[in-house]
Amino acid sequence: MGLLSDPVRRRALARLVLRLNAPLCVLSYVAGIAWFLALVFPPLTQRTYMSENAMGSTMVEEQFAGGDRARAFARDFAAHRKKSGALPVAWLERTMRSVGLEVYTQSFSRKLPFPDETHERYMVSGTNVYGILRAPRAASTESLVLTVPCGSDSTNSQAVGLLLALAAHFRGQIYWAKDIVFLVTEHDLLGTEAWLEAYHDVNVTGMQSSPLQGRAGAIQAAVALELSSDVVTSLDVAVEGLNGQLPNLDLLNLFQTFCQKGGLLCTLQGKLQPEDWTSLDGPLQGLQTLLLMVLRQASGRPHGSHGLFLRYRVEALTLRGINSFRQYKYDLVAVGKALEGMFRKLNHLLERLHQSFFLYLLPGLSRFVSIGLYMPAVGFLLLGVGLASLVAPLLISQAMGLALYVLPVLGQHVATQHFPVAEAEAVVLTLLAIYAAGLALPHNTHRVVSTQAPDRGWMALKLVALIYLALQLGCIALTNFSLGFLLATTMVPTAALAKPHGPRTLYAALLVLTSPAATLLGSLFLWRELQEAPLSLAEGWQLFLAALAQGVLEHHTYGALLFPLLSLGLYPCWLLFWNVLFWK
Amino acid sequence: MAAAMPLALLVLLLLGPGGWCLAEPPRDSLREELVITPLPSGDVAATFQFRTRWDSELQREGVSHYRLFPKALGQLISKYSLRELHLSFTQGFWRTRYWGPPFLQAPSVWINLGRSSVMSSQGSSAPLSTSSTPPTQSLPLPPSNPWVWPMTLTTTFCAMLCCRGRWSAPKTSPPGRSSCPVVPRASLISFHLLQAGLSVLLKADRLFHTSYHSQAVHIRPVCRNARCTSISWELRQTLSVVFDAFITGQGKKDWSLFRMFSRTLTEPCPLASESRVYVDITTYNQDNETLEVHPPPTTTYQDVILGTRKTYAIYDLLDTAMINNSRNLNIQLKWKRPPENEAPPVPFLHAQRYVSGYGLQKGELSTLLYNTHPYRAFPVLLLDTVPWYLRLYVHTLTITSKGKENKPSYIHYQPAQDRLQPHLLEMLIQLPANSVTKVSIQFERALLKWTEYTPDPNHGFYVSPSVLSALVPSMVAAKPVDWEESPLFNSLFPVSDGSNYFVRLYTEPLLVNLPTPDFSMPYNVICLTCTVVAVCYGSFYNLLTRTFHIEEPRTGGLAKRLANLIRRARGVPPL
Repeated sequence: MGLLSDPVRRRALARLVLRLNAPLCVLSYVAGIAWFLALVFPPLTQRTYMSENAMGSTMVEEQFAGGDRARAFARDFAAHRKKSGALPVAWLERTMRSVGLEVYTQSFSRKLPFPDETHERYMVSGTNVYGILRAPRAASTESLVLTVPCGSDSTNSQAVGLLLALAAHFRGQIYWAKDIVFLVTEHDLLGTEAWLEAYHDVNVTGMQSSPLQGRAGAIQAAVALELSSDVVTSLDVAVEGLNGQLPNLDLLNLFQTFCQKGGLLCTLQGKLQPEDWTSLDGPLQGLQTLLLMVLRQASGRPHGSHGLFLRYRVEALTLRGINSFRQYKYDLVAVGKALEGMFRKLNHLLERLHQSFFLYLLPGLSRFVSIGLYMPAVGFLLLGVGLASLVAPLLISQAMGLALYVLPVLGQHVATQHFPVAEAEAVVLTLLAIYAAGLALPHNTHRVVSTQAPDRGWMALKLVALIYLALQLGCIALTNFSLGFLLATTMVPTAALAKPHGPRTLYAALLVLTSPAATLLGSLFLWRELQEAPLSLAEGWQLFLAALAQGVLEHHTYGALLFPLLSLGLYPCWLLFWNVLFWK
Repeated sequence: MAAAMPLALLVLLLLGPGGWCLAEPPRDSLREELVITPLPSGDVAATFQFRTRWDSELQREGVSHYRLFPKALGQLISKYSLRELHLSFTQGFWRTRYWGPPFLQAPSVWINLGRSSVMSSQGSSAPLSTSSTPPTQSLPLPPSNPWVWPMTLTTTFCAMLCCRGRWSAPKTSPPGRSSCPVVPRASLISFHLLQAGLSVLLKADRLFHTSYHSQAVHIRPVCRNARCTSISWELRQTLSVVFDAFITGQGKKDWSLFRMFSRTLTEPCPLASESRVYVDITTYNQDNETLEVHPPPTTTYQDVILGTRKTYAIYDLLDTAMINNSRNLNIQLKWKRPPENEAPPVPFLHAQRYVSGYGLQKGELSTLLYNTHPYRAFPVLLLDTVPWYLRLYVHTLTITSKGKENKPSYIHYQPAQDRLQPHLLEMLIQLPANSVTKVSIQFERALLKWTEYTPDPNHGFYVSPSVLSALVPSMVAAKPVDWEESPLFNSLFPVSDGSNYFVRLYTEPLLVNLPTPDFSMPYNVICLTCTVVAVCYGSFYNLLTRTFHIEEPRTGGLAKRLANLIRRARGVPPL
């Protein structure tokens, strides 16, 4: 059909685009950033609403009154835990059975690829305990999950107490139409991953675990609970899951409606909700929350054990009890009532949660930005790249990326033999060494290339690199908007600028500053800045090293995709631009 | 709520115009019976059974006078020359591992129609098998039409019976028999009770506070004498419920009729020739002092049930001394010493079924078969009916026991036809002693046509349970019994020979999500249509409004043509 359009007019358009290339690039970049900033203002951010009719009203009468029971369970749990030094499996089994559940255990073990220094673990073995409440006159085809991840320290015992008290209360009711699984996992997320893999009878991450004896059909929704004190001042909700997946927005709406009903104070990203969206203050506060969410989602880490459920298409979120210095506090009964209300509403679900949004950004609990509104921001940024046949540099860059992906974990033993470092340090340092070694590439590639490459070969290389970058960023932005946006913000301008003439040192400095690793470092500083706990340089560096190690570790333990994405995709692409810059 | 209450064809037509035709000796009789059994987990199972027997050749004689036998069913038998009919409706799932082998060989699927809460979480499954005589000319509808039975039964039982696709017949079943092993999502709305005798206890709001609820109708001919020269028709209506000890008894395992049914027995049924309550008082340890029933029973009965020796206390309601004293019989059972609840005895055979994998493309159906017998292996016949929209890959069928491959001694597989018939997979598998056998087969989820999705496509699609039939070795030898003389409930446990007993188990039904389009977004459809129209419109408009000229290639004058002719003749390339 293109044949039939007027070629003269088309040529004129192309000429216009070519002539105004540079201003258009700048304009679209600025437009992209401006659009993103504008997302927090009311016409673009909308009020959340419940889409699922089955959960429409909050007309359930919460009857949970087991606050004392929950505290007693929590005390017992903490005492038994201190005594045994691990999860008191026998006590949990006995207690769950005494409240009338069908109780099963699952043992698992996992050898991490290298020692995890943040959590101080390497060879992990533990036991998960779960009890199933069977719905009367139902055939166990559907279920809901309430889970409490227990780490190595003795936090979260109040959550276990509340879980048991809720189980005891739920068991006495006759209205359940779905089975309810009460799950207590050891080694927080590792245990959850082991349980989920065993429940779905798959092995994604190389976990060794015993098969599950009892199942309860297809899991419809899950809530993870983290409480470390008898009273809370607020409940913080975490939605960001593995690889930036988000639960259906209706689940969050459900939580919010029950918070409002019970008068509970809720926070998102640890931030209170702005009251007034019409003045400037509200949106600015919203922007802070939104940026925190973008950073967290871009990290691709599961922020709470709910994040691992999302891979199995189980809508899930984590509730964290926060106990700060605020005057007014809520006890466990209030939290328990909110949970009871949520479970009763989820029990009413006729279908899986599917009505509301799966792709959204949250500037506040009661406001959201839908995918149709945030995609233009990244679209504008990528337009800059779009406006703006050399095999060897491509291959070498890819090989470098592969080395970055494989060598650090494989070579940790060699590194520890020759240098006085621990395994985890060795991995991180090798990572950085290979990363830095990539900077020396142009020198080497030119030995291979220079003979046959034409003079203007850098243009072809830059073209390929730009297309490659645009495709990658486009794909990332589709699945994980936050990560795509962050990377586009930093990489696009310098990628467009890179050429072998002009102020090369300035370009080189800019390019290094916007490389993926530098973006990560910058994000860490921004993160702490937004949390109002700024970092010093040395702290920032330490945090940076820890984040690198965590990134690699989470790829191996939960299958997080950020590390392979950066090392196999974006780093080689960035190296291409580096090559362009130092073209002879 | 009461109007919509979905119980119970039960005792559908127990009320007959009884009493006014006693001149001739009644040719029909009614026996009623209640068996109460404490289950290993502490829950209590109650099984009602009402048996009507009629000495009449329904198929041959033009019978028009009905007394105890329901007329609707009698006409069904004579009209369609029915030989047997078995129909059961079940809500809930018999948890074999905790409750022991099921009493009624009733399948257990349920369906969630209301699926909201309390009373509206209703649904039932209807396993159904009918046998009819070979088709003859006189039949009003050809029995090959698979819809005849569901339609007729639907009207009789006020139930919704619909089967996706054709009814299938397993290869192991006799010919001339059509059966639909399980119809998920059948609903049942009927209520008709005669309040006398044992049926006093059938109080709907109590029966629906139970963990399990199953009702069935069985019709079959029985021989009137040893040589079987004439036959009688037997109608058995059964109801079994399991009371949740945790909710009913507040954690204690003691029970009484009043606590379970919120009624007591007051009088025998005037129409019944036998009206009895059996209470299982078997003690598992040697010490006889663990439990106590009140009032003390007049007689006890011992028998071998499902491979174990059982003792029952008998209360005969027709025995005038039993009720007349207080016009009130409230049977109670108290445990003197609570039985250890830590490890309820596990039955020799139980099974579990689940879908593994994640994502909407592929999956795996896994069935775990447990043989907990310490030293004896036994074979199991596994029957799987899988809907066609799960495309099974039969080459991925793996059966492993104790880490080794287990070759089934018999396999019958009938592939599915899209939209017509489901997959049918039958296997005879030997289960080694004390082992877990895993049967798994991979499948791909098909994309349905958009009209084929149910109104709630994101709920998922049900896959009916697999059916396990096995001869399980028994602990004690049973001796053959006289069926007419022994209690009715004995007929629920067919004994094949002294050392084995027959068990049929149903695994859990499964809920599988298929790839589902986003039906809730007409907006998307509008957008897509507009885009397509816009793109096509632009190009077509362009095409239609332009004028085209065909430019002839210039051929030159006459002189040039002549020159070219000459040049061709000379073998020189033309100008």
